[in-house]
Amino acid sequence: MPEAKHPDDDASGVQIDMISAERMDGKTTMEKIRTILDGVREGNIVILESGLTPDEESRLIEVTMTEISPDEFNGIEIETYPQSQADDSSLLGRLMGREETKKLTVIGPANQIETLHKDETLISALVSRK
Amino acid sequence: MSDVGLSESGWVHRADAPHGAEDRMGLLTNLKDSISRAASTLFSEEDPKRIGIYGPPNAGKTTLANRIARDWTGDAVGPESHVPHETRRARRKENVEIERDGKTVTIDIVDTPGVTTKVDYTEFLEHDMEKDDAVRRSREATEGVAEAMHWLREDVDGVIYVLDAAEDPFTQVNTMLIGIIESQDLPVLILANKIDLEEASVQRIRNAFPQHETTPLSALEGDNMDEVYDQIAEYFG
Repeated sequence: MPEAKHPDDDASGVQIDMISAERMDGKTTMEKIRTILDGVREGNIVILESGLTPDEESRLIEVTMTEISPDEFNGIEIETYPQSQADDSSLLGRLMGREETKKLTVIGPANQIETLHKDETLISALVSRK
Repeated sequence: MSDVGLSESGWVHRADAPHGAEDRMGLLTNLKDSISRAASTLFSEEDPKRIGIYGPPNAGKTTLANRIARDWTGDAVGPESHVPHETRRARRKENVEIERDGKTVTIDIVDTPGVTTKVDYTEFLEHDMEKDDAVRRSREATEGVAEAMHWLREDVDGVIYVLDAAEDPFTQVNTMLIGIIESQDLPVLILANKIDLEEASVQRIRNAFPQHETTPLSALEGDNMDEVYDQIAEYFG
């Protein structure tokens, strides 16, 4: 996050950026991806209130791959609750030309975040310092 | 030979101006024939559907692509390996003709690199690789994943999603990819591969993706391939 203050001492802790749906609403796909990857490459954990659309997720994977660099950036760990299969509005949304965004999404540097457990209702992750 | 017909551009042309009912009938008959020929060309020579074989690294995608290609064309698609990211470029095998119940389904098979959100070259060092080779392999792997995502968005008409039945299917990459495929309304066939392994659980995959049918197989041993071909014909024919 450009306007956020980063601790000078990286070892002092792990920064968590919780980004509201409102903040992401007006952004284009690439602006969203840059917001996420800039934060993650700083070593921050980024939490999105409203998640990404499938197309945005696809592009996030693609852009992440282009930025991976040996001994510098290994990629991302991303976790989100799966879409409820009983959610009829998803199909309706697609028919209406809208893409549903997923629920709360957590993204962090692959070398700092490890998923311990995940199911439909719980994501448990271990976050370590750089 | 008639003096009236449709040119390749579709415009009606004639050598001499037609006169009378006979000429008009000839014009109509020829128009009808031409439209019929054009329709026949449109539908019978339709390009084969491109079916992407997707899944996480080491699920057995290339083993499956090779099994299908060898069974129906006699050729392989690419080298198989237990080292992750052996496939680092999408490879297309064109015009694979699969015969089911007297009918032939023609598809192009696209074997894609395993999709992941992270690539760490140090993991390749564990497979007796020198650092330079590991770094090169990881760079190629990242390019391959990006390429696979591009194919998925732009260039495939259907997806065979391959999972290792001995591994936990409930991963973020699987959830995201199935979501991406569903959002594009692509037909998807989920295959639970490696059922020859003792720890394989097809039910675990069925539970993870209950909205889709899951078909078990061992691409390595060739187990249950008849059902897989039935499903391919049904989903992509």
